[in-house]
Formats: sequence, structure tokens, C-alpha cells
Amino acid sequence: MKEVALKELLYKIADDQLILGHRNSEWTGFGPLLEEDIAFSSMAQDKVGQSYALYQLLNQLGEQEPDTVAFMRNAQQFHNCQLVELPNGEYDFSLIRHFLFDTAEAIRFDLLSQSSYQPLADLAKKIKGELQYHTLHANTLIKKLGSATPESIGRLQNSLDIALPYALGIFEPSPFESSIIAEGFFAGEAELQKQWILKVDALLAQTQLKPISWPTVKAIYGGRNGQHTEHLQPLLDEMSEVFKIDPTAEW
Amino acid sequence: MEANTDQIWKLLDEVKDPEIPVLSLVDLGVITHVEQNNENVRVEMTPTFVGCPALDYMKQEVIEKLLNNGYTNVEVNISFSTPWNSDKISEKGKKALQQFGLAPPMPNSLFTDISVLEHVICPRCNTNNTELKNPFGPTLCRSIHYCHTCKEAFEQFKPIQ
Repeated sequence: MKEVALKELLYKIADDQLILGHRNSEWTGFGPLLEEDIAFSSMAQDKVGQSYALYQLLNQLGEQEPDTVAFMRNAQQFHNCQLVELPNGEYDFSLIRHFLFDTAEAIRFDLLSQSSYQPLADLAKKIKGELQYHTLHANTLIKKLGSATPESIGRLQNSLDIALPYALGIFEPSPFESSIIAEGFFAGEAELQKQWILKVDALLAQTQLKPISWPTVKAIYGGRNGQHTEHLQPLLDEMSEVFKIDPTAEW
Repeated sequence: MEANTDQIWKLLDEVKDPEIPVLSLVDLGVITHVEQNNENVRVEMTPTFVGCPALDYMKQEVIEKLLNNGYTNVEVNISFSTPWNSDKISEKGKKALQQFGLAPPMPNSLFTDISVLEHVICPRCNTNNTELKNPFGPTLCRSIHYCHTCKEAFEQFKPIQ
């Protein structure tokens, strides 16, 4: 039971990283500025690398090889939240998603650095230092564009309104929530959400975006349970194309 | 019986970072443990960044270096139990970075807030009349800055806690 809970926790975190890493990589060559092209590509590399390290922890717990886990599952077997699988849309949507997700991620890995499962705590300590750069990037641009022109503010506001219900889906409670907390693996999704709301509110207060009326935002759940939007399977098909043609290919 | 590992550390000091060839893996601080028992050597390494694509290459270089120098059984493990941070770069390594034109990371004792990256010291003119252009650069471990005194861009090896 303990191990099932731990694996579930690791899978959802790893899947979030892999899927958003893939979405970020879709900006390579298409960024609105060279700097943003580099930033999203670098964050893609970080996130895919972090997912690999998390799949290795799962491999040590008896799950299959990282490549097999990443490339051979279908959408229903993924535990990522739906927020990370949504198409990139225009830059404003990608930026808002990056801000909402990475704010949560930075807190998540900070909490995980206290995990009772030592290999996860060690890895989380490392990842949390790297994520400082992701939140720096997001915060800088949200502050700039959230106070720049009527168009930039309007675009961010529109994307924020669309993304928020999905963002609350990050914190969909696990069926093993009480076991995860009791074992000390992780402080739990409710604690994470509480800290996340404070950070999001504090940053938005430095912009001309509207303060969020949280009770009116209805969370979209399902991703943690294998229920996904129509956008995940095509992403997986593309991501695993080479592996499926030739599993031994090296590049 | 466990032998003195000085000779192995010396050999590893000859293996360079593939992306920053002035820096050895020992100066970079990614070799965290060396153990020797006759011809058997076990090396533990840790990545600078979890997603560093050069890690496999470095691991291979370590294995080849030791095999070419008479050690017949070499094992290299990647571990996060002693995680890397930028204070692990040696003083010699920081000097080499500076000469290479790459600003060395500031000590973590001074990296109190992410905003200190706004005025990183320029490796050319040593002033902090600089600004952060991008927390991401050509590799995961570098950020891009601009020096208003030199009127030129430069890169920094990012501090990591």
C-alpha cells in the first residue's frame, strides 16, 4: 500500500514534467523573440531531464525502464494534470500556463525536499534550485506584460481566465492522499494549493490583471486519474514516433 | 584493501567538461566519490543540472580515461545523494571560467535572492554595470547578460543552491 501510494505520487509528478517539457519544446524555432525561444527550449530540456530522473526512481521501485514508461503508455495511463497537455496556443497562453504551473512546481519540490523517501528528497533538493530560474522567468514576464499595453494585459487576462480551472486541476487529490501524507512522502495537494494561491495572488497584485475570485473558479479534475483532453494522445503519438519505429535507435 | 585514490583523482582532473573545455570534471565538482580496490574502480558522479545532456558523455570519458590507464574494471554511478551546487566549482575552476570569458557563479552565501542576477560582475571589466538579458542561455548552466561598460553581451555559469 505504501509503495503504491509512493509510485502514484512519482508518476503524476514525472508525467507533468514530461508532457509540459514536450509542449515547451514545441516553441523551439517559433518563439516570438530569440530569448523566448531559448528560454522555452531550455525549460523543455530541464523538464524532460527531470522527468527522466523521476522515472529512474520508479524504475528502482520495480517499474519499467524510463523510455518504455515514457513512450509506450497510452493517454489513459498518464497521470499528468490536463493543464500541461493543452496546446501551446499563442504565446500569452503558454506564458500564463508556465507561470501557474511552475509556481506550483517550485513549491512542490520545496515540500518534497523534506520527503521521508530519501532518494526523492535528494532529487527534489536539486530540482528546486533549478526551478528558481523557471519562476524568475515567468514572474519577470508576467510583471512586464501584465502592466504593459491594453493588448498585452487583455491577452494575458483572457488566457488566465481559460487556464485557471485547469490550473486548479494540478491539485486534484490522490486516492492515496492520506497515506502519502501519513508516510511523510509529501505534504499533500491541499497544502500545496494553499501556498500556491498566496504566491499567485501576490504576483498578480503587481500587475494590472484582475485579482482572482477563487470561490468562483471551478477546478477541472480527471488528469490524475487518466482522463484527458483530446489533445494528449496526438502529443504522445508524435513524441513516441521514432521510438515506435525503432526502439533501439540512438540519437 | 582500499588504496590511495590520488592517482585516480589526478587522471580525472585531465577529463574536461565537453562544453567548457577549460574546466576539468574535478574542478567542476561533479565527481563526488572515488573508491579503488586493486584494478577495480568505482566512481560516483552527479550532474550539474538534472537534464544535462553532457552527463552520459562525461561518464563515458571517465570510463575510457581509467581503462586506458590500467584499471580493468571501472564502474561509474550517477547519484543525487551528494547533489551538485555551484559552490562545488573549485577556485582554480572559477579562475579558468573567468579567463574563458564566462562569469563564474557568485558564492551561494551571496546568492540571497534571485534578483542579484540583475547585476552580475562582468568577466571582462569586473564592473557590475550589467543587466540580466535571459536566465537561460546556450546550455542549461549558463545565463545571458549585457555589460553597459563593455557594450557587449557575456554569459555566466549560473549559481545553483
